[in-house]
Amino acid sequence: MIRYLLCLLIMSGPAIAQEAVARFASDDAVQPTDIIVRSTTDIGILTPALDAFVTIHPEISITYEQWGSNALYANSRAACDGEIPAADAVFSSGVHQMVDLVNRACANPYASDITRDLPPTRVWRNELWGITLEPAVIIYNTALVPAEDAPHTRFALLDLMRRAESPYRGKIATYDVEASGLGFLFAFMDSLEATTFGGLLEGFARTDAVATCCSAEIIDGVAEGEYLIAYNVLGSYVSSVPRQNIGVIHPEDYTLLLSRAYMIPKTATNKQAAAILLDFLLSDEGQDILAAGNLVQRRDDDATSLSESAQRAIAIDPKLLVAMDQHRRSRFVGQWRSTFGALPAGGFLSAP
Amino acid sequence: MPATERPIKRAQRSLLSRVIIGVLSLLAVGGCIVSLASFAYGKNAARQSYDRLLIGAANDIAESINIIDGAAVADIPVSAFGLLSLALDDRISYAVRGPDGALLTGYETALPPEGSARRSDAFYFDSTLQGEPSRFVTVVRRFSERDYSGTVSVTVGQTLRARNAMALDLTKGALVITGLAGIALILSAYLVIRSAMRPLDRMASELLARDPYDLTPMQADGPAEVAVMTDAMNRFMQRLDRQIGAMKHLISDTAHQLRTPVAAIRAQAELALEDDTEHQPQRLERLLRRTRSLGNLLDQMLSRALVIHRTDNAPPEPVDLRDIALQVLDDCDPELLAPGVEVDLIITDTPVIVMADEVSVTEAGKNMLTNALQHGKAPIRIGVSTSPIHSELWVEDAGDGPPQDVLSRIGGRFERSAASQGNSAGLGLSILHAVAEAFGGKVTMGKTDTGFRVTLALPTQTEADK
Repeated sequence: MIRYLLCLLIMSGPAIAQEAVARFASDDAVQPTDIIVRSTTDIGILTPALDAFVTIHPEISITYEQWGSNALYANSRAACDGEIPAADAVFSSGVHQMVDLVNRACANPYASDITRDLPPTRVWRNELWGITLEPAVIIYNTALVPAEDAPHTRFALLDLMRRAESPYRGKIATYDVEASGLGFLFAFMDSLEATTFGGLLEGFARTDAVATCCSAEIIDGVAEGEYLIAYNVLGSYVSSVPRQNIGVIHPEDYTLLLSRAYMIPKTATNKQAAAILLDFLLSDEGQDILAAGNLVQRRDDDATSLSESAQRAIAIDPKLLVAMDQHRRSRFVGQWRSTFGALPAGGFLSAP
Repeated sequence: MPATERPIKRAQRSLLSRVIIGVLSLLAVGGCIVSLASFAYGKNAARQSYDRLLIGAANDIAESINIIDGAAVADIPVSAFGLLSLALDDRISYAVRGPDGALLTGYETALPPEGSARRSDAFYFDSTLQGEPSRFVTVVRRFSERDYSGTVSVTVGQTLRARNAMALDLTKGALVITGLAGIALILSAYLVIRSAMRPLDRMASELLARDPYDLTPMQADGPAEVAVMTDAMNRFMQRLDRQIGAMKHLISDTAHQLRTPVAAIRAQAELALEDDTEHQPQRLERLLRRTRSLGNLLDQMLSRALVIHRTDNAPPEPVDLRDIALQVLDDCDPELLAPGVEVDLIITDTPVIVMADEVSVTEAGKNMLTNALQHGKAPIRIGVSTSPIHSELWVEDAGDGPPQDVLSRIGGRFERSAASQGNSAGLGLSILHAVAEAFGGKVTMGKTDTGFRVTLALPTQTEADK
């Protein structure tokens, strides 16, 4: 049986697509310039960085809106066409959507010494920058999964799923590609990265794996023992709320690394202030704060002592446009759907 | 106030700077042409290479189209976008369109121009992507399946950043090399020209260091152009030397030759004053003879100076010796010099042409005739004869000529057979010798069957020499 869970935070309807709003301003700020940042990142995770920013730059205050990636993409497209006022900065984990926005000439170019220092995989056209570096990991419930079962590679996970009478039947979870832009991106990159993807889909089908939408759902499910193993979970979310009984594995065959992309819309009103925020987030100080929040994986981390070749950064470049192609996407989703079964009526409605 | 030295007129511009400016302007023009050409070349090369990427991507996409359940479905390959993203910072647009032009997948912005579906080959066109100039290609794929028949067009476009960057890069590379080559050229041109000019500098310093009275030839080494100049200058100096020499000789001759006759005239005049009236007409007669002789001497000296001047300065011209003979006979007036002596003229029918100076040769002829009239025996003959090699102007008298010892000494400047008498045969002969030398001829004196003949032989000017 395949089950779906509803992400509770998501509200339906295009008018109020943001999930939460927070305002950051320095205490001694006098009439600061307010910039609107629309992001898919949880407010809580970014709070330290934004607090530090408004302390250094009291002349700027931030209105931070948290959006679902698909809704944020739709909003940015509309803003690009001039239908609605644009945000001053857009910061999304749906990197392929951001690449598409830049490709549609929706972004404003900016360059500074800091942005020029970025590796080429983390910048495109000086209009899109990868701020973070977060791994896609496998998590498991340490209490319920024996240590020898913990899959350190995709091949181990495959073997686990192929066992007859597997105890993991119905207990393996991953993102639903239609419900989550990030889930789609990870699955799509997997399909490009290795031939194991076909095996994985087959394994998921065999074990009645669960496709669900949101990081929080999955992590909580693993912690509570509802799921034993979850595949392709964004590592930063796992570490942000440390839990006793969750084990994190960076797959040793390869680990995808996601850089959340930052864009200044060309119709933004405060481009200058948005650029200052960009420079801050990319500066050593900003990166240190983000690293402390597990948003930037450092090479020398002991926990992630992966070989260089196993780290596959999702490059911010036009190749991601393939993920946005209607035909390709529907074909991919069809393949996925044939594994996980049709979306039940009353299930996910419009995918955010 | 001391006399100020006249300032040397400054040369307009040095040869070196002239040549360098010439080379520079040549390089500038060449540089402009090379930059334009290399930019055009760079643009073309960039367009060709990136057009290949474009068509590669379009073909990749076209290949990926399949007919599934009666519909054309593209399975856009990542490799297509991998190709396109070789142009790092360029935006991309692509569209897969059905037979009716309806968008199957891709971007609305990639719009093939009208009538493109009917074309068979891939074709390129320029358009814009959100206002940015872009290059597009459309390839058409035909399907004739059971459940689908018609064409599917794939249009792929890309902005031009990478192309322009590449074109600029190629141009810059070419320009840097051209610039370096230009600098090397200027440097080597400078060095070459300077070393070529060195003989001129050396000549100038040599001339400056030279004593003003030093008219010896300069060293004529160095390149041909400079040697020509040195040669010309040496010739000029030689001429100057000769003229100065002639002038010195004239002055010293004049002083030397005039001293005796003038002293004689003075003595005659003093005696005339003291003489009684009886002897006076006789004295005056002598005085007159002396004075006339002095006049003749002066005439000859001047004529010699004239001849020496002209042989150095007047270019040789074709001269008919018959005219000269007539002229000589006319000018000499034998009746005056030797009354009663008959002079015969013997000339040919055909012109006798030599390359010479008419005035000089006439002077020589006059001297020859005068000599014969004064010292020779009648009858006296003046004539012209010619052979293919030499043409001759001769004067002959019936006498035996001067004695052998005089003959051998004759022709020197100070040689006068009868200097004390105020006659001047030696001077006349020296004129004759000077003329012969100047025009490549010679003087011969000798006995003939009919008497003593003095001959001035000059090379015959034939038709072929003209």
